[in-house]
Amino acid sequence: MNMKRRVFLKGTLAGSAVAVALSAGLLSPRQVLAAWPNAAYEAKSVQDALKNLFGNDLTDASNTIEIKAPDIAENGAVVPVTIETSMKGVESISIIAEKNQTPLIASFTIPANTSPTISTRIKMGQTGNVIAVVKANGKLYSARKEVKVTIGGCGG
Amino acid sequence: MGDSIKIRASEKGGLCTVKALIKHKMETGLRKDKKTGQTIPAHFIQEVVCEHNGKVVLSATWGTAISENPYLSFEFSGAKKGDTIKLSWKDNKNESDSAEEQIK
Repeated sequence: MNMKRRVFLKGTLAGSAVAVALSAGLLSPRQVLAAWPNAAYEAKSVQDALKNLFGNDLTDASNTIEIKAPDIAENGAVVPVTIETSMKGVESISIIAEKNQTPLIASFTIPANTSPTISTRIKMGQTGNVIAVVKANGKLYSARKEVKVTIGGCGG
Repeated sequence: MGDSIKIRASEKGGLCTVKALIKHKMETGLRKDKKTGQTIPAHFIQEVVCEHNGKVVLSATWGTAISENPYLSFEFSGAKKGDTIKLSWKDNKNESDSAEEQIK
């Protein structure tokens, strides 16, 4: 009972804020459903990004997370990255480039039937660690791998 | 609709591999136009959702540091050949696109 009431209260509070944003033409209805975490993506440090994304920047290093990325990336604008883990109960996988101006690159939500393996291509401004943060069973785990970047790929 | 997205989905042994390519500039907002010296405003995909028969199998939020013309690949179980897979994206200028493909 109580839980439902909480959810209802939250819903109405969020609803009124959304109504304001909608009338201001800021948001489309779809955007409201899955809010893009601005603060996490605008954070200038790995710690701030993690705090904004997960409310916590403490991660346990885990050797069950594998980061497949080149040792040397000639072109920082296109660095292929695969994050893979043998962990069970994975809820999300996030990719971070430690030395980028805004380190958080992407965060993938992994439903139960989806394998905890993600491949994509990222931009890296300079040589630094690629950090994978895996949330599993409510806890954060991380792994890192250094990628040497010959030509930075973030412009500026 | 769907012009910006290429999806390939193939099923083998109960596991479906999805590979997608999206055509998008993914401007970081940090680059300068070489001729005018003006900063090129950020324009990038913020949300990607992939559905199988209407059920979400992957959702993601992206920042500016996903490469131009993003590539994405992942696997999920519980699909069979002929099922429909749908991928949609939305960017920071509220542009969006989606595409559907049959699992092969």
